[in-house]
Order: sequence, then structure tokens, then C-alpha cells
Amino acid sequence: MSSVATLHGEGVHSAHDAHHEHHHHETFISKYVFSQDHKMIAKQFLVTGIIWAIIGGLFSVIFRLQLGYPESTFPWLEDFLGHWAKGGKLQPEFYYALVTMHGTILVFFVLTAGLSGTFANFLIPLQIGARDMASPMLNMLSYWFFFLASIIMFSSLFVQTGPASGGWTIYPPLSALGEASSGSKIGMDLWLVSMAMFIVSSLLGGLNYITTILNMRTKGMSMTRLPLTVWSLFFTAVLGVLSFPVLLSGAILLLFDRNLGTSFYLSDIVIAGKILPNEGGSAILFQHLFWFLGHPEVYIILLPAMGMASEILSVNSRKPIFGYMAMVTSLFAIAILAFLVWAHHMFVTGLNPFLGSFFVLLTLLIAVPSAIKVFNWLTTLWRGNIRFTPGMMFAIGFVSLFISGGLTGIFLGNSALDLQLHDTYFVIAHFHIVMGVAAFFGMFAGVYHWFPKMFGRFLNNTMAYIHFWVTIIGAYLIFWPMHYEGLAGMPRRYYDYSNWESFKMFGGLNEFISLVSMIVFAAQLLFVFNFFYSIFKGRRVTTQNPWGSNSLEWTTPINPGMVTGPVKYRKFTEELYDYAKDGKEFIPQNVPVGEDETDGH
Amino acid sequence: MSATTIPSGTKWWNGGRSPFNISYGKVMMWYFLMSDAFTFGAFLISYGTIRFSVNHWADPNQVFNAFPFAGHANLPLAFVSLMTFILIASSVTMVLAVHEGHKMNRKGVEKYMILTIIGGLAFLGCQAWEWTHMITGEHKVLVNRAIETWGTTVTHNPWGLAVSHETLSKLGLAANEHVTTPGPIAFGGYFFGITGFHGFHVFSGVIINLVMYIKTKLGHFDQRGHYEMIEKAGLYWHFVDLVWVFVFLCFYLV
Repeated sequence: MSSVATLHGEGVHSAHDAHHEHHHHETFISKYVFSQDHKMIAKQFLVTGIIWAIIGGLFSVIFRLQLGYPESTFPWLEDFLGHWAKGGKLQPEFYYALVTMHGTILVFFVLTAGLSGTFANFLIPLQIGARDMASPMLNMLSYWFFFLASIIMFSSLFVQTGPASGGWTIYPPLSALGEASSGSKIGMDLWLVSMAMFIVSSLLGGLNYITTILNMRTKGMSMTRLPLTVWSLFFTAVLGVLSFPVLLSGAILLLFDRNLGTSFYLSDIVIAGKILPNEGGSAILFQHLFWFLGHPEVYIILLPAMGMASEILSVNSRKPIFGYMAMVTSLFAIAILAFLVWAHHMFVTGLNPFLGSFFVLLTLLIAVPSAIKVFNWLTTLWRGNIRFTPGMMFAIGFVSLFISGGLTGIFLGNSALDLQLHDTYFVIAHFHIVMGVAAFFGMFAGVYHWFPKMFGRFLNNTMAYIHFWVTIIGAYLIFWPMHYEGLAGMPRRYYDYSNWESFKMFGGLNEFISLVSMIVFAAQLLFVFNFFYSIFKGRRVTTQNPWGSNSLEWTTPINPGMVTGPVKYRKFTEELYDYAKDGKEFIPQNVPVGEDETDGH
Repeated sequence: MSATTIPSGTKWWNGGRSPFNISYGKVMMWYFLMSDAFTFGAFLISYGTIRFSVNHWADPNQVFNAFPFAGHANLPLAFVSLMTFILIASSVTMVLAVHEGHKMNRKGVEKYMILTIIGGLAFLGCQAWEWTHMITGEHKVLVNRAIETWGTTVTHNPWGLAVSHETLSKLGLAANEHVTTPGPIAFGGYFFGITGFHGFHVFSGVIINLVMYIKTKLGHFDQRGHYEMIEKAGLYWHFVDLVWVFVFLCFYLV
């Protein structure tokens, strides 16, 4: 069997060799553009995600300039943004557009498509021992629908009246009425159409991930032997497949309200002295539809990061993950609870407090599986033989951020406290730490860990450590002070706080946050440079399994070229995640149980 | 697949096989249908929320009482019953097509696929007539102390409460007509929105069935050795049918 040859193969095949192994001719188009190879599609998602992350991050730097230096003008901004920064001062309309697009881009285009799209495509077939996704064709379409969504969203940045500016949650009536603001004109339609394309992409991808995991596992890879990455990506896909369609419904109704004169979300509205004929609709209805997606969405973002952190922590602690079944069960519990807590975003909408108390209870219940996960990560680290690789650093950073961001979630989950904290910087701090930065850390951990598998080279370690320390310290310096601002009642989404007597005292703090955010952004550019530089110039991977991991993706040859070869695996050992057993440093999953091995741990 | 015997004690979830003993394509279709059910669920729940937040709603027995070529005869729900019958009948022919596929009978599959496609097109034709009838219908509605003539559209709902003859004569208007007040605007939006979205699904189903018919005709499935694609198209078609049952319930019966 070929697996024997590949398993004990002499290191890495070069691109040249790989090319010879391949029999049918591949053109540039079929290999790099309309590729049906899951590894190539993963890289397409990753690179597109990186481009979006730079754009989304840049937006935050620009609006942080406004928040940190509300009295200054920046003439160079006018050269760059034209009439949106007349006289070097960001226009309020464009400030709202920037925060809206920052949220949209990072939540959907980077941390959903960029994160799940990359690692589900890359890891699922490799880690379960499948040749490729169940349907490579749909997989390719998934990327191209995402690309189409990206193009539409990107083009909305350049329309005359600007992109959508009603916040990433696009609440009507602001988003439903073109007269309401400049960002509610064509930019809003483009936003909705783009998101419809995005939902199609997410659906095609999700269906593929689910069916691949259920149907294509190689012999011996039972569900309880799946690496936690695969489990987390499975639950992520289920969440996406069941929650995005509800946003689609909500978006379709909003498009109708905007363009066909229906009254799904509109009622009793007077705009510019004119009474609108719309009657009987409910703006709160949209919030229900939106948050039925919106809350699962935060787990769609977070679960893959959890899964990757679990895997990376285990490999680099040289220990099996602590409490594998508890980890799977808690992922499952989180996935179920994700659908039952959406109204905790709506405590201040006039939601019945009695109903609210159920949502409080269910929300606080999420603390249980979350705590199980945290303790299991910590106990995986406990007395481990820890190797501080860059991937490991980011995985530990993820755990740190998940704890500090998760704890403030307990504050916000209480409706009585939420009445005070709702729509303040406390919320911004909470979700940026727990969902934004933490998910980014999971993503960085994944990129650093699987980069050798993807490209056959290592990322530069020095740049990686600088990236890590600047980012983690910077993230805490940016978001920790925001808790204090939020507790003092400083509301989010305001353009200028310097006019408010009660928030004047935060001027210096805001300036500090803005300054740090620029440094952190620069560190991300360093990562981007490292990423692209290392693809071509990085240190070559000399062994097939550089981290000494025992999961299946490291048992196939590392091909710097992009080749889908048929890969066959042999049966597994009973022990899946064991390290340092029977005097062996690690035992890959496709090595059968040897005679010199003991049963169990 | 059904022909193969499965040894007892098979470990379904141990990998190397489908845990449900079905192909990935069918698993994918089931998950897609689940996803689509959430889309329709969101629409119907939204409809329910709005509908039961208002005091008065259009009476389906009045709104849907017309029949093609029957003039002004009052036939409540007769036409929609016919539509429902057509769609359910097309589901029956779909079952028969799948059955013929299991028997590898190409001629039989062709026959029943054609009948299913005709059923789908007939349903869409009926829906087109019903929409046209509603949009172009003329109803007297009392708006701002004057009588206007309205059809049922996404912005106009003439199906409000009836205005008494006394009120009309007090306003100095002709009292010999049936005049109503405007009904909740949401009615038209939800009716056309949801039946339209369902109709779009039927239309997609017809296209899928047409492709399946052509592939059958070209002998693709005979070459492949099984008619599983017909089964997958069938799953979708039955789902669309099932959704109609809920749409029918929500708009015509309740």
C-alpha cells in the first residue's frame, strides 16, 4: 500500500517531483483559480480572508483616529478618502459607514469565511482520512460565491452615497428607508445582496463539511476518535446551516421593505415631515430574525478557534487533550444553547422581563460548558512538556482571552446589569476580547501550526514572537480600559465624545487606545509580510511531521505544490492522542498497535 | 445500495462507510432541506407574529373565492384546493418515478418525470392566475371619506371590515355597493412574499426535474447503474410539497 511508502518517505516531496506524480494535465486556471482541490480552496479562503482583514483593520485604525484625536485634522486623510474626510476631518456619515463595514467585514468575511473556510477545507479531509471533500464541485462554488459576495461588498465602498452605515446589525427602520441616511441608500442594497451571496457560500460549504465528516471518514475513524478540530468544525457547520437561512429570510424581507413598499418592519414613521404609508410592521421582528442568526454566529466564529486551540495545546504540551469526551459534549452543549439565547441581545427593546429571565438563565448556562473547556485546556497544559512554538503561544493567548472576555459575558448576560451596560463600551470590550481577538488568536494559532503543512515551509519565528507579544499586550491595552469607559456609561457608536461633559475625562484614554490600536495594526502587517514572505522564502520543512503530532494530516507527504493525490490510510491504533507512551515520543494514528505496546494509558 | 445485504453487528459509526447507509449526496440534500425549512420557518413565524398582533385579518373565504371561467361565483377555497391537489398528485408521480428508477426502468422514469414536470408547471400556472386575479381585482375601499378602487398588492389591502350602508349614506356616498375599510398592509406583503418564495422553489424544482428528465432520456443513469439522482430530486420535490401544506394552512385555512 502506498501509505507505507509515504509514511516512511524521505521527508518532503519537492514541487518538481509532485508534478511528475500527476498524470493529467492541469492548467493554471484549473489548478489555482477554479480549483476543486480542498487544500487550494482553503488557501483561497485564507488569502481572501487576509485581504479582508487588512481592509477591516485599516477601517478601525481610521475611525480610531477620529475617536482618539477628535479635535485634530489629518490632511492626508482627504487625499485618501476624498469628500469623506473634507478638510482632513472624518465626516460623521463616513464614520458610521466605517464602523459598520469594520463589523461586517470582520464578523462575516474574515472570522466566518476566512476562518471556517480555510480550516474546515484544509483540515477536515486530511484529519479524517478522506481524499477530498464529499463534493469538490460545491466546495469550489462555495469559494466563488464568497468571492462574488466579496466583490459586491467591496464595490459598495465606492458608491457615491457610501456603504451601509446602520451598524453591522442593520436594524430597520434606519436600514429600511433610503431617506434615513446616506448609508441607507444603494450601499444598503449592496450589503444585503452581498450577504445573500455570502449565505449561499456558507450553505454550500457547511453542507460539504457536514457530509464529509459524517460519510467520508476512513475506516476506523469513529466519531469519538475525531480530532477536536473536526468536531468543532462540524458543530460550526451545523450552526451555520441552521442559522444563516433565518438571516436570509430577514434580509429578503428587508429588501422587500426597501424596494417593493412592503411593511414587514415599518410602521407609523414620519420622515422629513412626511408620513409614510407603511403600517403594521415590527422593527423588533427584524431583531429577532437577525439575532437568531447573530448569536449562533458568534459561536460559528469561536468554535473553530476552540477546536484548533485544543489540538495545538495538546500537541505542544505533548499530552493528550484532557477530557476528550467532556470537550466534545461541551461543544455540543454550546451549539445547542447557541440557538436558545438570542434575545439576550434585546433586553432593552421592551422584551417582556419574564421572558427575559429565561434568556438570562439560558445565557448563564453557557458558562458551564465554557468553563469545562477552559479547565480542560488548563489541565492539558498542567505538567505538560510544553514547547512554546508560535502556534502554541497563540493557543495559550486564546485561552487567556477567552477567560477574560468570557467573564464579562456573565455580567452582560444578566438583564438587570445589561440595562446599564447595553450599547456601552463595556459591550465593545466584551465581544472584541471573547469573540474578535480570541477568534483571531485561534486563527493565528492555526496558521502558524499548519503553515508547514500548507506551504512546506515555516513562518519566521522572530517575526512570529514579535507578532504574538505586540498583539496580546496590545489587545489587552486596547480593550481593557474600555470596560471602565463602559461602566461609566460611555455609549458605543458615537462620533465624538469630546462634547460630552460626562465623557471628557476619557479623552486621554481614548487617545491611548487609538495609539495602541495603530501599533497592533502594524504588528498584523508584520504577520502579513511574514506570511507571504515565508510562502516563498521561509525555512523549508525537512520532516513530514515537524511538530511530532499524531493526527492524520501529518501522515501524508507535504507537497509544496498543490496536488490532490490519492491518499490511503491504514487502520488505527486504539490510542489516538497519546504522547510519551511505551517510551515512544508519539505514535501517529495510522500506525497499527505494535506488539511492544501496552493497552490503555 | 438497497440490494446489498448488511451483516448484523455492523459498526455504523466506525468510519469507512456512511453511518446512515446513504450516499453523501442524500445526506447533503437532507441537511439542505433542514436549512431551507429554517428559511420558511422564519418567514411563517414572522407572518404569525404580525398577523396575530393586529385585530383584524383578511378572511380567506372572501379573498380566495374565485375560480377561472366561473365569473363571480362564490367558491371559497375551491381553486386553491385544486392547486393543492395538483401539487400532491405531482408528488405521487414523483414517487412512482423513483420506484421505476429502483427497477431500472428508463421508460417508466421518463413517463413519470414528465407527469411530475407537468404537475409542477400546472401549479405554477394556477399560482400565476391567482396572483393576477388578486392584483387586478377591483374592490371599493373607503379611504379619507372617499371611495377608491383597489386591487390586492404588497402596498394595498382592500380586505378590511365592511362599511355599513348608513355610514356611506352619511358621507354622501352611494350606499348600494359593498365597501370596506383598508385592511392591514402586511397581508399582501406576506402573501405574495411567502407564496412567491414557495413558487420560486417549485420553479427551481421544475428545472431540476427537467434536467433529470433529460439525463434519463440520454441514458446517463443507466450508464451509472442507478437512478439515485431521481431520488435526490424527489426529496427536494416532496419537501416543496410539504412546505406548501404549511403555506396552505397558514394563508388559506387559518
